[in-house]
Amino acid sequence: MATAAARDTAGSQTYDVRDGAGDTAGHERAFDAAVAADERIEPRDWMPDAYRATLVRQIAQHAHSEIIGMQPEANWITRAPSLRRKAILMAKVQDEAGHGLYLYSAAETLGVGRDELLDKLHSGRQKYSSIFNYPTLTWADVGAIGWLVDGAAITNQVPLCRCSYGPYARAMVRICKEESFHQRQGYELLLALSRGTPEQHAMAQDAVDRWWWPSLMMFGPPDDESQHSAQSMAWKIKRHSNDELRQRFVDICVPQAASLGLTLPDPDLRWNEERGHHDFGAIDWTEFWDVLKGNGPCNEQRLTRRRQAHEEGAWVREAAAAHAAKHTNGETGATRA
Amino acid sequence: MTTTPAKDTAHTTAALALGDDALVLSHRLGEWAGHAPVLEEEVALANIALDLLGQARVLLSMAGDEDELAYLREERAFRNLQLVEQPNGDFAHTIVRQLYFSAHQYLLYAELASGDGPFAPLAGKAVKETAYHLDHAEQWTLRLGDGTDESHRRTQRAVDALWRYTGEMFQPVEGLDVDRAALETAWLERVTETLGRATLTVPDGSRTGAWAAGAGRQGLHTEPFGRMLAEMQHLHRSHPGATW
Amino acid sequence: MTHTDWPLWEVFVRSRRGLSHTHAGSLHAPDAELALRNARDLYTRRGEGVSIWVVPSSAITASSPDEKDPFFEPAADKPYRHPTFYEIPEGVQHL
Repeated sequence: MATAAARDTAGSQTYDVRDGAGDTAGHERAFDAAVAADERIEPRDWMPDAYRATLVRQIAQHAHSEIIGMQPEANWITRAPSLRRKAILMAKVQDEAGHGLYLYSAAETLGVGRDELLDKLHSGRQKYSSIFNYPTLTWADVGAIGWLVDGAAITNQVPLCRCSYGPYARAMVRICKEESFHQRQGYELLLALSRGTPEQHAMAQDAVDRWWWPSLMMFGPPDDESQHSAQSMAWKIKRHSNDELRQRFVDICVPQAASLGLTLPDPDLRWNEERGHHDFGAIDWTEFWDVLKGNGPCNEQRLTRRRQAHEEGAWVREAAAAHAAKHTNGETGATRA
Repeated sequence: MTTTPAKDTAHTTAALALGDDALVLSHRLGEWAGHAPVLEEEVALANIALDLLGQARVLLSMAGDEDELAYLREERAFRNLQLVEQPNGDFAHTIVRQLYFSAHQYLLYAELASGDGPFAPLAGKAVKETAYHLDHAEQWTLRLGDGTDESHRRTQRAVDALWRYTGEMFQPVEGLDVDRAALETAWLERVTETLGRATLTVPDGSRTGAWAAGAGRQGLHTEPFGRMLAEMQHLHRSHPGATW
Repeated sequence: MTHTDWPLWEVFVRSRRGLSHTHAGSLHAPDAELALRNARDLYTRRGEGVSIWVVPSSAITASSPDEKDPFFEPAADKPYRHPTFYEIPEGVQHL
């Protein structure tokens, strides 16, 4: 029996026996067979370097998105217009911190520490979802984020619950379960506005006008331009193509918008009997790439704020570590409550 | 528009005092969202804020309509302690504010829960939440006080700065039938013990007197509170009569 | 900027009395006491648990996946350990 941590934590890149044994081909066959049989790959299993790298990139980006994604909504916690809404919003933003934590944990099973990932976020070497570089200008934006942004995220994430990498799939199961409330609260919020005063209705429509297209961009570039898609599909990290999921989302949203009494800002949006799907207008990919490159309305602001929170918290983290070093009683054993 | 509570009884006064404490502190903790020193603490602070907001909603509903009371009263009509309206400052400042307030709230609710007054049902639930808030504050006070030189310095500064707001907690509130003197003794004991373990010095400054004791219960607040309310109330007030 | 990466802890949650603790995930904390509290806030905020264990990740000894075969395969050919191995005439109860 090997004596090793259950997970390969930060720095210890010595996963398993690729060295010496010369059995890489055998491992690769076992890996391919497991993926083909829809079995899960677990942290200490052999896996191709590129598979590991793809997962780290994707899970980290996902975790960063949860953390940065707290900001546009936290922007409204102190101004929520009723105590009920305030409680809901606080709980939702809290969930996002929790989801970030689940995801950083999943990434850590691949041998990369959270500090390292946060460094990469803070220095701009790893991305987060571009959607969070748009501002929340009115209270209705909180609703639009819940309905459209979380809706798009859920459409993306539900298939990830069956992702080939076990820890990621398990994190996603937990996240999807918790996120269903996020989307519903957003829809309910918009419904209250849509049925409210004319000013409230206008506020809701304005928010949907601004968030609709960016949320369609959340599914990523069209399939023929997506650089990572094919390999991720083969590895069963990804289960459906960008365009496929985008279409699914549009089809779901059209009747939901009608029930809200709000209009989706796309004159080309119509049901296509032949395809059995809605046709929709062309997406402005120039905007997408522009925001991705850092030129969105809030890129600078979001990252600055994140870095600031991290730097201002450094003395707290150091203090707790120093205290633990002084008082090492029982820290090596398990603790129960 | 100013709203007067539905029933002008002694219990309404008490419900407003306790409800405003919880509402205002919850709001302050909510300001931490996205700013916490570590992600785990984002979750912890939000949990405490949500507990407090839940308590506030129950208490304000005992006094009238929760939203009317939260959003349509002027600053001078709020009855919260000056302690809870103090701006967050750094993490040490927030933790010490939590320590002072939670120790008081825990002891108060424990006593109310054991009685059979109108606050007993609320206090029975809240005392468990508050026990956790106090534990959280004590754990962090120990780590910050007895951590690094910098954390010690910051925490001692917070301990000293907030001390003058603690006397107000033991002033009588109409409708709250508790032994204030015993509460104060127990509070002082608990806080002294925690500060001692954290290698921090208990301030010798006054906790009572004209300006040291505070007068939030009488509707006299500190300057930052008005700005806090402006932010909290502006959207609700911008749409009179709207539902959300 | 200094790095003080707090150690990693594995979290096990008993969802209700009568069930085992199950691995829920992991988190960072400077010490065991805060690990426990962080675990409570993170993994049981929807009432998912009645008891929590936290264990330093570094304290866990795991079987190696490469020893999978000698370690676990011998158990796979002992169907007599499983109750479904035995045929019981229909109608026989309490077995």
